[in-house]
Amino acid sequence: MGKREKEIEVEKNIKRCKEDVIFDTVIFIILTILLVIVAYPLWWVIISSFSDPKAVSGGHVIWLPIGFNLKGYAEVFQDDSVVRSFLNSVVYTVCGVLINLAVTLPTAYALSRDKFSGKRFITIFYVITMFFSGGLIPTYMVIRNLQLLNTMWALVLPGCLSVYNMIVARTFFKSNISEELYEAAEIDGCTQGRFFFQIALPLSGAITAIMVLYYGVGHWNSYFSALIYMSDQTKYPLQLVLRSILITNETALQQAATTAEARAALNEKKQLIEVMKYSLIIISSIPVLILYPFIQRHFVKGVMIGSVKG
Amino acid sequence: MKTKVSKSGIQPKKRSFFETLKKDWSLWTFCIPGMVLTFIFSYIPMYGVQIAFRRFNAKQGIWGSPWVGLRYFERFINSPYFERTIVNTLILSLYGLLVSFPIPIILALMLNAFRHKRYRKVIQTVTYAPNFISTIVMCGMLILFLSPTVGIINTVIKMMGGEAINFMAKKEYWRHLYVWSGVWQGMGWSSVIYFAALSGISPELHEAAKCDGATKFQIIHYIDFPSILPTATIQLILSCGSILSIGFEKAFALQNDLNVSVSEIISTYVYKVGMIDNNMSYSSAIGLFNTLINMVMLILVNKIADKMSGTSLF
Repeated sequence: MGKREKEIEVEKNIKRCKEDVIFDTVIFIILTILLVIVAYPLWWVIISSFSDPKAVSGGHVIWLPIGFNLKGYAEVFQDDSVVRSFLNSVVYTVCGVLINLAVTLPTAYALSRDKFSGKRFITIFYVITMFFSGGLIPTYMVIRNLQLLNTMWALVLPGCLSVYNMIVARTFFKSNISEELYEAAEIDGCTQGRFFFQIALPLSGAITAIMVLYYGVGHWNSYFSALIYMSDQTKYPLQLVLRSILITNETALQQAATTAEARAALNEKKQLIEVMKYSLIIISSIPVLILYPFIQRHFVKGVMIGSVKG
Repeated sequence: MKTKVSKSGIQPKKRSFFETLKKDWSLWTFCIPGMVLTFIFSYIPMYGVQIAFRRFNAKQGIWGSPWVGLRYFERFINSPYFERTIVNTLILSLYGLLVSFPIPIILALMLNAFRHKRYRKVIQTVTYAPNFISTIVMCGMLILFLSPTVGIINTVIKMMGGEAINFMAKKEYWRHLYVWSGVWQGMGWSSVIYFAALSGISPELHEAAKCDGATKFQIIHYIDFPSILPTATIQLILSCGSILSIGFEKAFALQNDLNVSVSEIISTYVYKVGMIDNNMSYSSAIGLFNTLINMVMLILVNKIADKMSGTSLF
């Protein structure tokens, strides 16, 4: 395999004309620059999170961690609100994804059946919601009237079906679960419901994974609905707590220092909080980071399924 | 006569409709949970949007509050915020469109023509990654990165002998930061769809072109680019349709008192009026105004694209 590849490579080298050599070099340089631009900020956060607070606040951390330590991470785990909101986010994400799946997959399956009489009506029903919506306040009123404020349901129910994801799943079912398969099962006395759960779903592992990832990342990363519907701080998801620490800088450092000693301690504490921000970024991204290699493969597949819908 | 004929024509059809309903009942039940929830959380708010035309007070509720017609729309159009929010939104989204629409296409074309397959995989893996970072984390990173005290950019500026700049406090930088950080985050991911379209091109076309002595640049110009044009058109229509609906999350996260004059866009203003000032009717009116303009834009752009290239959404 390697040998053949090499041969092809050699052949390519012979065939390339001068213009192509210049072209390839230019592309190589541009893409490498892009790679550095994208990767460096990520790398910088990682090394800063492992560095000594003093070096970080002095702006000395550039290529490698300085004074490797885990103080920032220790500080994160001492913060109750971060730990609690992390757990909240896990619960919201898991429940949210389960509801998303329970709603999206059956709808997508039904709409993928050519002979289904409600196909046109239901498609229009959903497409309208893509172009027209009541907006922020009317939706808020509905949720308030249903007394869902400050509950998990306000975060997971309103977006239970994303039309885009549903179309992706529908395309998948259409091309992978054939009508003939159902007809064969029907002759053996199988109902649609049973067919869906016992035959169609087990054959649809790929699309289920894609849906879990699309919806899961969405739930984990969103903060807007929590900002509107949640006022009880103990129920905040992680992103809202992150917002108060990273963006609005609400840290409990109000005491004034009078003595030199106290001032030094305060300064140290400030530096520690600065490093904690980097560690917090890493920790909040861990669930997505762990899944990333898996995510990437399936996400790309999802985009491809979605793009052939036309 | 005619009516009679059509009536008798409908009769058997109706029966067959009920028959299919009977046959399809299980598929209908599959759709019911989603439809009920969508009805509650999308259609009832559409009906509730009428509070934009009423003076809402909590005692009488939505349905009891008095009608005031277009008063809130007039108030918005006459307020100084009308021009400010619309101009800010338009500039931000047009600037964003101008930059973040072509870059992924160029990236996909370059990746497709790239010779080193392994290295290409690495580039793809890395450039897709920022897409999965949350808005808050991205904005937090941006703030840290540009911070006048600990930020790496200012460290470099200081090393060169310059003076530290507080980027987040200067409103003239805000739009550039917003748009280019968006490019940083979305560039790789948006290129996936074009890359997929490019890998669908038959290799025979490329081989034939090579035999005729085409250079790589010519192949891109005459084969690759034309073949992703329909995909690009659809993407362009979709982004034009949402030209006035820039996401709330990022603009709000990057907003502060010093840059509010350029960062106040329609969605953040709707949020402030409705949720902070508690002016429900006024906020709904602004939101509705925004939705209507978006719809008109989408239909217009779709028509234009249809006339010009024959590609359209519907």
